Amino acid sequence: MLGGGPGAPGPSADAGRGSRALGNRGVLVSSASTVLFFAAIAVIVALSPGSEVVAERFFNPKNLWQSLIGSTGNPSVLGAFLLNVKIFLVAEVLILVLALVIAVVRGIPGPVFFPFRLLAIVYTDLFRGVPLILVLYMIGFGVPGLGLPVISYLPDVVYGVVSLVLVYSAYVAEVYRAGIESVHESQNAAARSLGLTRWQSMRFVVLPQAIRRVIPPLLNDFIGLQKDTALVSVLGSVEAARAAQIYGASEFNYASYVVAAFLFVLITIPLARFTDRLIARDKRRREAGALA
Amino acid sequence: MRQRITLIGLLFVAMLLAGCGGQSAEESGATDRCEMDDPPLYTEGTLTVATDRPAYPPWFKGNPKDYSGYEGDVAKEIARRMDLPIKWVVEPFNKSYAPGAKDFDFDINQITITPERKQAVEFSEGYFDNAQGILVMKDSPAADAQSLSDLEDLIIGAQVGTTALDFVNETIKPAEAPKVYDTTNDAKSALDSGQIDVFVTDLVTTVYLRDFEIDGSTVIGKYPRNEQFGILLEKGNPLVGCVNEALTSMKEDGTLEDLQKKHLQQYLNVPTLEK
Repeated sequence: MLGGGPGAPGPSADAGRGSRALGNRGVLVSSASTVLFFAAIAVIVALSPGSEVVAERFFNPKNLWQSLIGSTGNPSVLGAFLLNVKIFLVAEVLILVLALVIAVVRGIPGPVFFPFRLLAIVYTDLFRGVPLILVLYMIGFGVPGLGLPVISYLPDVVYGVVSLVLVYSAYVAEVYRAGIESVHESQNAAARSLGLTRWQSMRFVVLPQAIRRVIPPLLNDFIGLQKDTALVSVLGSVEAARAAQIYGASEFNYASYVVAAFLFVLITIPLARFTDRLIARDKRRREAGALA
Repeated sequence: MRQRITLIGLLFVAMLLAGCGGQSAEESGATDRCEMDDPPLYTEGTLTVATDRPAYPPWFKGNPKDYSGYEGDVAKEIARRMDLPIKWVVEPFNKSYAPGAKDFDFDINQITITPERKQAVEFSEGYFDNAQGILVMKDSPAADAQSLSDLEDLIIGAQVGTTALDFVNETIKPAEAPKVYDTTNDAKSALDSGQIDVFVTDLVTTVYLRDFEIDGSTVIGKYPRNEQFGILLEKGNPLVGCVNEALTSMKEDGTLEDLQKKHLQQYLNVPTLEK
């Protein structure tokens, strides 16, 4: 309707131009509505009785900068954020491996392997159910309290990473499992009929398809993981959110929280866009497959 | 927003009603009564006093609806001198300095007065001279420390938001960044299990932990930093005049000293560490 008039070229080109025309008008409408929407928010915020106080307490450039780079007695939020990144990178690798093991174990058929399957089920139920912060407290304060050699005398960050790995592996294992179960049984049957063992079929036929399908939800979980690294601070280490809290409490100013939030968003956005692209690519591929 | 407007409305009503209440107080003719005619109160005819929970002895003792302990008694005495009944409410420390209307008249919670904090809130005069205390386990190498410089190479813990943390960063300057905990309890666990060698917090709390909470711990010394605890009010709240007047009269007639002797004496007898 919006596209070609009577004199428009053939149907396929028409469809393309039609959507572009809709796009132009859509851009106009969306721009106008965006401007209006944010202008309304800006006006409400600016006219609120406490807007000056909030601007001073949250967005004062001096405090923003000071908390970013640190000051006497207060750690730098940016410096502390490096710890979040390190925790994230180490935990991510461990989670990918452990979760895959759990998902595969859960899928092993046969009565002999029942105890292993049971263990995998109990594990995912348990660690998906317990809030991360409680796991952190139990591991981070419980294990050192046991007084065992070596494992009770590790740095607190290690207990933090272990807790993150325990909790997130349960989530990610379920994502893997969904992927494995989405691969049609005929793929496995075909592989077995070609003489591949059960393990070879899993390794070379099922998993490659399964993992490719679950990459977008996996990345989604990792965006969650990036943010949850902030919780490791309850065990004593100063990461970005804690550094922000220290600054806030000593200066009675919340600018440091704004800075920390900004850093988390800054590192999350590229991953989110990357996920979007993967989803779009996957969709294109599936649609191409459906046509063929 | 709505909550804010409600709060402002409540405050306004409270101010009007408190104005009426103030006159009856005048008639009673108490000598230590606040000079202001209409102290702006959060709730009419009541002094709403906040502190964090859990509240620790010896600062607070007894029932959270009727605290005693040093800070509990100081607040009660201020209320008595203002001729107002007291009502205790809970206010987390991190929220106490948020912008906007407060849910209390004043907050008494071992908050140290600093110039930076004064830009965001109103502080009363100091009601206690604080020193930092250094708590260690008797069987750790930290127990042999003779001065602050002996602590440099140890792992030091402190609670977030305390001036003890500033003290560690600015004065002790340890080689490894200090560990920072949400609560005294978390830092206590970390000291008990050897995650940290030293826990620095206000002197009274360290002695309390030594005597009642952590077996085998000892306070190796204190370090005065010319710090005072103050009562926190919303920025620009004129009630601070009344609070200061009550505190001044309590200092002059020796009440504050008596309360310190009663509640804190056993906690202050610790040698001073050299730098």
